Amino acid sequence: MKPVDCLENGVQGLTRRELLTWAGPGLFLLFGADWFGNDPLSAQEPARLPARQGYPTDINAYLKIGPDGRVTCFSGKVELGQGCMTVLAQILAEELDVAYASVDVVLGDTDLCPYDMGTFGSMNVRNFGPALRGAGAQAKAILLQMAAEQLQAPADRLQVKGGVVTDPSTPGKSVTYGQLVQGKRIERHIEGVAPKPVTAYTIVGKPAPRKDAIDKVTGKAHYAGDVLLPGLLHARLVRPPAHGAKLKDVDTTAAEKAGARVVREGDMVAVLHERPDLADRAFGLVKAQFELPQPTVDDKTIFGHLLKTAPPFQNAGASGDMAEGEKASSAIVEETYLNSYVAHAPMETHSATVSIENGEATVWAGTQAPFSLRQQIAQALGFTPQSVRVITSYVGGGFGGKSSAQQAVEAARLAKATGKPVQVVWNRAEEFFYDSFRPAAVVKIRAGLTPAGKLALWDSQVVGAGEREAKPYYDIPTQRTVSAGGWQGGNPAGMHPFAVGAWRAPSVNTNTFARESHMDILAAKAGVDPLEFRLNHLSDARMRRVLEAAAKQFGWKSAKAPSGRGVGIACGVYSNACVATVAEVAVNRVTGHVQVKRVVSAVDVGMVVNPDGARQQVEGSISMGLGYALTEEVHFKDGEVLDRNFDSYQIPRFSWMPKIEIILIDNPATPALGAGEPPIITMGAVIANAIHDAAGARVLQLPMTPARILEVLRKA
Amino acid sequence: MERTISFTLNGKPASVRVDDERMLLWVLRSDLGLTGTKFGCGEALCGACTVIVNQQAVRSCSTPVKDVAGKHVMTIEGLGQNGLHAIQAAFVKHHAFQCGYCTPGMILSAYALLLKTPKPTADQITRHMEDNLCRCGAQVRIVDAIRDASGAPQGGVE
Repeated sequence: MKPVDCLENGVQGLTRRELLTWAGPGLFLLFGADWFGNDPLSAQEPARLPARQGYPTDINAYLKIGPDGRVTCFSGKVELGQGCMTVLAQILAEELDVAYASVDVVLGDTDLCPYDMGTFGSMNVRNFGPALRGAGAQAKAILLQMAAEQLQAPADRLQVKGGVVTDPSTPGKSVTYGQLVQGKRIERHIEGVAPKPVTAYTIVGKPAPRKDAIDKVTGKAHYAGDVLLPGLLHARLVRPPAHGAKLKDVDTTAAEKAGARVVREGDMVAVLHERPDLADRAFGLVKAQFELPQPTVDDKTIFGHLLKTAPPFQNAGASGDMAEGEKASSAIVEETYLNSYVAHAPMETHSATVSIENGEATVWAGTQAPFSLRQQIAQALGFTPQSVRVITSYVGGGFGGKSSAQQAVEAARLAKATGKPVQVVWNRAEEFFYDSFRPAAVVKIRAGLTPAGKLALWDSQVVGAGEREAKPYYDIPTQRTVSAGGWQGGNPAGMHPFAVGAWRAPSVNTNTFARESHMDILAAKAGVDPLEFRLNHLSDARMRRVLEAAAKQFGWKSAKAPSGRGVGIACGVYSNACVATVAEVAVNRVTGHVQVKRVVSAVDVGMVVNPDGARQQVEGSISMGLGYALTEEVHFKDGEVLDRNFDSYQIPRFSWMPKIEIILIDNPATPALGAGEPPIITMGAVIANAIHDAAGARVLQLPMTPARILEVLRKA
Repeated sequence: MERTISFTLNGKPASVRVDDERMLLWVLRSDLGLTGTKFGCGEALCGACTVIVNQQAVRSCSTPVKDVAGKHVMTIEGLGQNGLHAIQAAFVKHHAFQCGYCTPGMILSAYALLLKTPKPTADQITRHMEDNLCRCGAQVRIVDAIRDASGAPQGGVE
């Protein structure tokens, strides 16, 4: 799915329909000359906020203050569980000086919220945060100016607490934000208002109760498949048995006789019923014949296939003269690391409900990118984007997999075809079949050590994973990294037998697994403790700090691996965030089973808006990381995805959980980087290194299943 | 066979005229509009659809509605109808969820555990919750929340 160019809609971000909606009853009172009668796309609106990432410059796009003083925060981000509803409320409450509890958050509604490219890449606090902070700071300055006029006192003498402005020199004199704004748009603007200094924060930087808590523990939280509308039809679509299979013939007579409605539109054949399970039952009566694709590749032959089909290598970073590096090396270590396809497997499958009335479509979708989905739906229906509204209620996990929302397009087409509201909720097999997997990959690293045990050479090739963070951050005088193919698309046809895409920290899990496994092998070769070996090649202060913090918390004792203790260390960078992880494992030499007993994770993600929220993300990363490290791989053959449910595709369970200790490095000087992705990147390597330390066996392929562990144990 | 199935739902009498082979999950969600019970896998592999039937945690996606005739069924909507139940309050306090999709099933599984074992150890909790899947990784907090709730007086509607 191509992300929508943010500039297409204008940096000012408001389309005609949005303007009209904003003026609608009970929402906003639109007044002021700036917008009236002017096409926002051509109007030369003075910049109210510095343009950022295509976010609007009008502060009203971000916030509304009701007559009761309650503040509503609007964002095109969506709540996937990562806690953005909570941190955005914290940020806005902080800048406005209102109580956190008085902020409500509206997310992912294309009619109400400012344009946003999508919720991925840990960009919530990193990119949207500054825009919201700027809007809040300016709104506060304006509110103080308005209060100064009302209280007849200079603005700089006024104080704000909980949305009440007081004049300390005139006790008893006060006005509330609610009284000042009276639910209207804020029409003034003040140039160049600086956001609050970090040192003045009282809400940001402290844990806050999650805004979504009560909804989620009471069952009131609505997801896209929980929308019930009069006349709603549930659809089940005919799916090919394998990617590349072509529909030859389909007989739906029996399904129709069973009381289901059938829609055929091109290749789309759907069975619809008022009850989802009865749609399913009728669907079972459909006879479809497919022409199967030619045999291609399976989960065992994929790695050779990737090397054969990859595009030419691109340079991903080089320095020094490789010949010099070779000359300086007295020992060379060369290994190939493999990584299978991994599924997102959110608990909520792709779900959507679509209603079309009077040429306007309303779409409730589990999506990470409501605004690009709006474009897609408009295109599929032949509607203008302005006549499509995407409402993103709670999303039951995304991890990158809901950047694409094919199910919503299917529901929209079926709603148009039937004239009824239609719900499409993929079953688990469809979820595995249409997932955009984390790509399988092959990483080759050749590295050289001087007689003194210093890295002199690093030559690496990445195929499939993508180049992000493939270039080592260690001090290596001579190095070269090349990469071919990636997760973002643009791969040669046939390289991957199905869709690949962003999976929590795309590229970086694979590249960190390879690099940090290799560093451990090199440390062993040099006869140096793995922590010390890393520190010997690190001048980056932030990375040294996370490594030292994790090692200290763990009680790391210097030893040459394998020590038999089962401890491992790994570190990595993700979008300028630094993470170091220490793990302790037990390996059962008879069964090959690995139990991860303890994980210490130290993260420097810059300014932390919500420490408890950041901890939740680290815990989630550790849990999810156990999956890709130990069990998760997609089994497939000739375009057929063999995993259809959680029986063969094993995701982490309660008994897998280690004791988790988290260190959030205090680094408010670096802007917030987001914590949803960085802590997962080290999980493959840290467990591989701990397994090696425990059993003397080096596993070079993810996931490190019992079978693979037994195999290397036999060879060791 | 289409017939009227009567049972007690969240403390109140309920009757539905349905094909009695249909799974309870869909009758609850679609016929009765109780969407707090979630679909996750359809094969009793994930626990998102867990409800309480006569004090036991069952997977509603794999329980034909005829099996609950005359029984007491409780869904997440029935728990803590007069303020949060101790387990719900502990989930809030510990932030024992992220996306929230598995949460109703988690809470009701925990409810069944505490009925049987009012003071479970962490190991007992882990064993009992093993087949309730959470992709976001809230497991550690869920165990903490259940332990916390077990120290509180147990309420409930049934």
